Amino acid sequence: MAVSEYQVRPGPEGYLPPAAASMGVELPERGAALVEGRVVPEDDAFQAIAEKLLAARNPVFFPGPAVLWAWKDGVAEKARAVLRLMEVVGARAIPMPDYRPKYPMINPAVEINPNHPNLTIWHNRIDVGVFVGVHCHYANVALKIIRGGTDCYTIALCGEVGHEDAMITLRDVDVKKLERLTEAARALAAAGPPRTGVMPRVGTAV
Amino acid sequence: MTTQQVVAPEHLFFEAERERQFMTGSEAVREAIKRANVDMAISYPITPQSESMHLVGDIYAQGYLKEYFRGESEFAVMAAVAGAAMGGVRVFTATAGPGTLRAFEMFPTWAGARLPVVCAFMTRGVNSPLTIQPDTIEMAFLLDTGILMFHAENAQDLYDMILKAFVIAEQTDVHIPVGVFVDGFFVTHTREEVATAPADLKLPPYNPYSAPVPVMDMESVPVRQMRDPFVMKSNFISYAAHASWQQEILAAQERARKHVRRYLGGLLEAEHPEAAVLVVAAGTAVSQGREAVAAARREGLEVGLIKLKSLRPFPREEIRTLARQARALIVPEFNRVGWLAREIKSVVEDTTKVIDAPRVFGGMTMPPDLILAQIRRCCA
Repeated sequence: MAVSEYQVRPGPEGYLPPAAASMGVELPERGAALVEGRVVPEDDAFQAIAEKLLAARNPVFFPGPAVLWAWKDGVAEKARAVLRLMEVVGARAIPMPDYRPKYPMINPAVEINPNHPNLTIWHNRIDVGVFVGVHCHYANVALKIIRGGTDCYTIALCGEVGHEDAMITLRDVDVKKLERLTEAARALAAAGPPRTGVMPRVGTAV
Repeated sequence: MTTQQVVAPEHLFFEAERERQFMTGSEAVREAIKRANVDMAISYPITPQSESMHLVGDIYAQGYLKEYFRGESEFAVMAAVAGAAMGGVRVFTATAGPGTLRAFEMFPTWAGARLPVVCAFMTRGVNSPLTIQPDTIEMAFLLDTGILMFHAENAQDLYDMILKAFVIAEQTDVHIPVGVFVDGFFVTHTREEVATAPADLKLPPYNPYSAPVPVMDMESVPVRQMRDPFVMKSNFISYAAHASWQQEILAAQERARKHVRRYLGGLLEAEHPEAAVLVVAAGTAVSQGREAVAAARREGLEVGLIKLKSLRPFPREEIRTLARQARALIVPEFNRVGWLAREIKSVVEDTTKVIDAPRVFGGMTMPPDLILAQIRRCCA
């Protein structure tokens, strides 16, 4: 496969899939986003995210420490904006307050990695996973493993420059962008058919 | 502290009026660090690097840095540098040859911990019997540690690359160390004109809160040590996490390409790239190559010069494209093993085009006539 043809699609992709950056996928510039490895206008990505979340049977947000802790001005507002988006799309959350490994051991039959102990790789039941407020390195480490071993559709709402290894990534995500995304989801939900087939709850609800 | 004005990197690099001064490579390091808004520098002496960090100590005394001290060994320095970077400060150090090898464990550790350390390597021989003379063999050992590697041809490059290294290293999508390499003595201990920006300007401070890993700020959450050794466990998920982690370091190198192009003007520079015979070099071998190319062109020979500025990331596609139309690529090097020729062979489609000569080592100089002889052979 030529480097330029690499697509970031839901897995399972294989035993050890490559980093998308090493396959030629480049992060978007300001005002753009990535959908499955292709650069698109940000508005298109809003629409794609809204569609994926509303169509999901079991959408789950993974809020990380950068949005769970009020460590600087504006973070609490951003957390509330994430919560509003989750409410509109009917998602649950598995909070990730830090990156401590899980002791004494990890069970790979039910856990994807020590940083995300409730995101399963075998017997996965999460069809759309959203990373928000996760430090970029830890998000990238997990996103590759998820693509390798599951069919989970991953979305990264990144406050920095985005993630090639997510199926959809936004960059520079702040309260304003979260509100725009929430509005896009609300409009789509109002226009579309009702959601069906919600899976049993997993993880910790908020 | 000395009062300086913070300016945008682009202004300091490309717009500020520059003054030409006659200085050594070691003094060029001092001038770069003066303008780099470095918080901390840690030193340990080893020839031919000692003078550069001595001069950085001088500007600490003048108020250009917040902290400066001497470590107990090169390993101790590189470990202390790691701690400083984890703590969220902009840090600089330098070493050379045997010092590089003594500290070696720390270089992949820096990369794995996503630390944007900038380190200057004034390369020298590492063989026995002991030599302090110029030799680039230590670069061969560092190619796969995960750090970015820039190679300066002269003192001007050294000044520019050190300053720009901080900005490239600290990009959120990169955030791995940068080694700025320069051939010891040939550059560190000789004088040339170097154009520098005004000394009352400096880079913006490092913002550790945009890092891809949490800064070790014990007053901000998450406060716990974030790099616990989960990879020490013996199960599939731990191995997968470790593998993904290593892939992520290589991905960070890939992401650096666009920043290297933006700030260094490309991973390589080409003079007469259309020529059928190309001299491809890095470091001071570029200068000898330039002399040889000029002499060859005076003889009517069609030859070009490719100067490699970045070795990690390696200009893979650029070299592959240049090699397609060339008949021969001559690779002069200052080391015994010919690591640059090996790197080039690993990316070109026809490896028989790569001439891994001339090579000198052990401190020998490289007369341009040696390269010219290779050019004549290839053009015959």
